[in-house]
Amino acid sequence: MLRDSIRDFAENEIAPVALELDEKEEFSIELTRKMAEMGLFGIIVPEKYGGSGMDYLSYIIAVEEIARIDGSQGATVAAGNSLGIGPLYYYGNEKQKEEWLPRLCRGEILASFGLTEADAGSDAGASKTTARLEDGEWVVDGSKIFITNSSSKLSGICTVQAITGQRSDGKKEMSCILVPNGTPGFEAKKMTDKMMWRASDTGELFFEDCRVPEENLLGKRGEGFKQMLETLDNGRLAIAAMGLGGAQGAYEIALKYAREREQFGRAISTFQANGFKLADMATEIEAARTLLYKACSLKDAGKPFSKQAAMSKLFCSEVMGRVVDSAVQIMGGYGLMKEYKVERFFRDYKILTIGEGTSEIQRLVISRHIGCFDV
Amino acid sequence: MKIIVLLKRVPDTEAKILINQDGNGIREDGVKFIINTYDEYGIEEGLRLKEKVGGDSKVTAVCAGPEESTEVIRTALAMGVDDAVHICDPALAKPSPFTIAEVLAKAISEEGFDIIFCGKQGIDDDMAQTQSILAEKLDIPQVNNATVFELADDLSKAVLNRRIEGGDEKVEASLPVIISCEKGLNDPRYASLPGIMKAKKKEIRVKNLADLGFNEAPSSGRSRVLKWLPMPKGGECKMVEAEETVDAVKELARLLREEAKVV
Repeated sequence: MLRDSIRDFAENEIAPVALELDEKEEFSIELTRKMAEMGLFGIIVPEKYGGSGMDYLSYIIAVEEIARIDGSQGATVAAGNSLGIGPLYYYGNEKQKEEWLPRLCRGEILASFGLTEADAGSDAGASKTTARLEDGEWVVDGSKIFITNSSSKLSGICTVQAITGQRSDGKKEMSCILVPNGTPGFEAKKMTDKMMWRASDTGELFFEDCRVPEENLLGKRGEGFKQMLETLDNGRLAIAAMGLGGAQGAYEIALKYAREREQFGRAISTFQANGFKLADMATEIEAARTLLYKACSLKDAGKPFSKQAAMSKLFCSEVMGRVVDSAVQIMGGYGLMKEYKVERFFRDYKILTIGEGTSEIQRLVISRHIGCFDV
Repeated sequence: MKIIVLLKRVPDTEAKILINQDGNGIREDGVKFIINTYDEYGIEEGLRLKEKVGGDSKVTAVCAGPEESTEVIRTALAMGVDDAVHICDPALAKPSPFTIAEVLAKAISEEGFDIIFCGKQGIDDDMAQTQSILAEKLDIPQVNNATVFELADDLSKAVLNRRIEGGDEKVEASLPVIISCEKGLNDPRYASLPGIMKAKKKEIRVKNLADLGFNEAPSSGRSRVLKWLPMPKGGECKMVEAEETVDAVKELARLLREEAKVV
């Protein structure tokens, strides 16, 4: 029922406007509100904070179904839940949860996760943004880049990773500080001219002598790095769902086309060159789905899932890469035209092997898990 | 206000329908089932009426169908329906509209009702009879093919538009009334995620024929379905080709007159 309902919603509400929003590079507040009405924000948050109280697999299926139609809206939902709501729900104290979660779940506002910096991508530890405690206030200075859901009219709050001191072992002490949009000294600038997810909101954030109350610390001081790693583990499942959904969407378009398109007097799907391509696409998608759902079931069962999350993210995103490439190839010249949709999927795929840990970082995580470095 | 919405489990409009071996039903394997599309308009109208009237208004779904109907009933509950009655009995396999109307009438009378919404017809067998027989059994007025529904402020009567050939007919009906819904009445809402979770806790009262006081499936004995036949295969298609369109049209006219003998 969950999948059917979201599929209906995506086909009826998102599909008709996806092309235009992508073309105009427009983040649609109206569509985001509709997604919120569907309950797409706060899927795993308990009812008492305004969420739906569903398990992680349900959330992943929701993202998959949205991404099957449009990567941009999938990104808004995935980032809204995993990166926006996630840290507040998992690490916030009762007061912070009560203050922020209901509004986030209703979709009145969106939260963002400020991690990446211009000089700190894969090397997240190299970040330079600082927060110092002064007269009962955190004073945040620095900048963040490529932050989803951070710079639209709906953006309400950002969880900012900042250096809050030095640990006894000499390493940086990292903490997360909640900084509401609109706080003096916090400027969010929309980033434009993206290749992909053009209808999602991506911002560059600047903090200059930006002051928030001491109580805006998320969780304990010094736990920022751990919170970040856990948040990314969860986020990887959602990015994997984006890859899976995108692959499914592109595959369906290509299959339909191949069955209808005739060359040399017959449907091109009956040529082995295309039939085998489609068979490979279907097989890889099925394998990707099985892997991702297994990772989700481990998480839902409270078991370690970090390795499977990295594997899912790596595999699903790369499967989408192969699937969209084949889809465009099968559709030939039409595949290159915006009107035939796979062109958008072809562009949207590329972020998935880069965002929330590149494919290289995923392989590094997996190689650590399987013991490559325990020698 | 007590609002009843009727719903039927039917094959998805996009499902490929194949007749089973016995010729008395369809092959259900691999077929997705949904709420009858016209019933969805009824559900939506019922929910809107409840939201408008407020107070202790309640929307109850009533469905007669096989055990598997639970899934479509849950979907209605996820859309916002408060609770449901599921009439389920092996003796009701492949029922006639008369049989269904008879058991529905009993179940609805037990629930109590001010207004009943249903689809104008089932999109599976297209008989469009249940609503009328039900109105007769309950001895209440019926308005069919509704495209606009409004309730008078004093809740005493309904004012409706019903779709007729070439336009709409505006009618008034006293309550209680049964209204069958036509496309265009509203845009049915989606089952939201919180709705799906809430639906899990809502009550579905399952009743068999004995619970409703029947010894056997009621029947009018006046008509019965003998056999289901597959759609007749389309004839051969002949392409009329010519260099000039005007020659093709001449050739087509000749074929229609001399071969097909239709003009």
